[in-house]
Amino acid sequence: MSLRADIELRRGGTELHVDLDVAAGETVALVGPNGAGKTSCLLAIAGLLRIDRGRISLGDRLLDDGETFVPPEARAVGVVFQEHLLFPHLSVLRNVAYGLRTPGLSRQAAHSTAVSWLARVGIAEEYHDKRPGTLSGGQAQRVALARALAMSPALLLLDEPLAAVDASARLELRHELRSHLATFAGPRIVVAHDIADALALADRIVVLENGSVVQTGTTDELVRCPRSRYVADLVGWNSFAGTCRGGIVDTGAAQLKVASPIEGDVLVTVHPRAVSLFPERPAGSPRNVWAATVVRLEPLADRVRVQLTGVLPLVAEVTRAAVEDLGLAEGSKVWVAMKATEMSVTAR
Amino acid sequence: MPRVLLVPAVVAGGFFLLPLVGLCLRAPWSDIAAHVAGPEIRAALFLSLRCSLSAALISVVLGLPLAVWLASGASRLHAVVRVLVTLPMVLPPVVGGVAMLLAYGRNGIVGAPLDKWLGLALPFTSQGVIVAETYVAMPFFVLTVEGGLRSLDPRFGDAAATLGAGPWRVFRTITVPMIAPSLRAGLLVAWARALGEFGATITFAGNLAGKTRTMPLAVYVALETAPDAAIVLSLLLVVTAGSVLILLRRQWFPAR
Repeated sequence: MSLRADIELRRGGTELHVDLDVAAGETVALVGPNGAGKTSCLLAIAGLLRIDRGRISLGDRLLDDGETFVPPEARAVGVVFQEHLLFPHLSVLRNVAYGLRTPGLSRQAAHSTAVSWLARVGIAEEYHDKRPGTLSGGQAQRVALARALAMSPALLLLDEPLAAVDASARLELRHELRSHLATFAGPRIVVAHDIADALALADRIVVLENGSVVQTGTTDELVRCPRSRYVADLVGWNSFAGTCRGGIVDTGAAQLKVASPIEGDVLVTVHPRAVSLFPERPAGSPRNVWAATVVRLEPLADRVRVQLTGVLPLVAEVTRAAVEDLGLAEGSKVWVAMKATEMSVTAR
Repeated sequence: MPRVLLVPAVVAGGFFLLPLVGLCLRAPWSDIAAHVAGPEIRAALFLSLRCSLSAALISVVLGLPLAVWLASGASRLHAVVRVLVTLPMVLPPVVGGVAMLLAYGRNGIVGAPLDKWLGLALPFTSQGVIVAETYVAMPFFVLTVEGGLRSLDPRFGDAAATLGAGPWRVFRTITVPMIAPSLRAGLLVAWARALGEFGATITFAGNLAGKTRTMPLAVYVALETAPDAAIVLSLLLVVTAGSVLILLRRQWFPAR
């Protein structure tokens, strides 16, 4: 049962127009800057926000087309909310059993299903009778997931599931969440603020900006070819906006030589590994060259990310050996060079 | 706390303490038992408790739905209704009593048909006392509960809806338990206001001994004829209201 959502709605001052298809067993991550409309998308799919136009359907069941509207309580859409929203006046166990108290299911059966879900997400029995307020961020996240999954929804929505979890528990929880998502058979949508969460959890990433989709693709596609400044920043690429004329991009601060026939407003993205560093001004070849100063060095596995200021702010990624050879430290003067062919240019 | 605030704070505290001290000093302690045992005082006390509790109960049954509606929107109609509800809080209760006579009295716009077809007359009956007290007390409940509802994060209701709960179940299992502190506070202030009601009661329900003469009315009557009895009645009211406050404080407003 796959989700097809064509959402058009106006909320506050922003207009949202998003077309989203998610297959059963597929995890799609919605990423984008604050206010891009990620949460509104989830709310519309859950039935907590009505769309103005468009069509949301799950399998062959119509949920909302601007006229027909299935209320949230009849949708069977599991939602893990941003701050978990565990009911503070109910015990952990009763929180998980809440969605199971439907006609036809006895209190006893609901209770034992809730117990088994809590076991699956790894919440020890000693917490069952505790109030949610006493749980850590990670535990609350697990309980929220159990509560959403216990009612066996047809679709799972997670709104920044790891945002309320502290950094130390995050890595482990992300891993756990990934395996729980894998066992859920329906479509899954994760809103992620942190690109690392999106990369780790999703099969496909949809990037929203200002209420519409600017790029959609697999993690690899996004990393290989970011199509907006936001995506480039997200995946750690250098990006410069400017105007391209005759193979020269004018950013205002610098003139970049590129190998592209595009004319007009463009976004130039350069992978940090394509930025070379030299102790002296390098000679020859169609390069973009300028003097720069090292601001910061960040080790990254066997490589080092070098933040630089100069004509344009830049991030270079070089080997540890190169850092030693060049004697790089904060404040060092270096020359940066980028080949025209390494600069990818997209029309804006 | 800055030291300059200390003096006015002590003055304010004393301002509330001294009337109680006055009551205690002037009370005829030797024959207090005789006063309390008097049938008139007993009748007034029980009438007061019965009517104020009924008024508090009606305030909950009718006031909670009204508060839910008031908290649900911000239209012009909401603003108008909120003014209507707030009015009895700022109006002199006597004026409220006069207005109620014109609406629910024997010749009132609602009272006349009620009397004619159902034989139901509110003025000068204990039911009238309850109506008068409800009129004055319910606004306190409604506004307190509306405040609680407005500070409740509506996303909890959303979360319950995604778990299959319809609006009625959300109201019962999420909204009401989560605003319990406001419900208790509202109930308490509404009851206290009903217990102390004087103006609207005497105007609308009259001052009939054993029938509509509640404690505050009995105090007023006694002040003219038997000042000692008035002091005892006042003490009795202070003790009743005070002990309820103290009893419920622990249970309803646990120390933070």
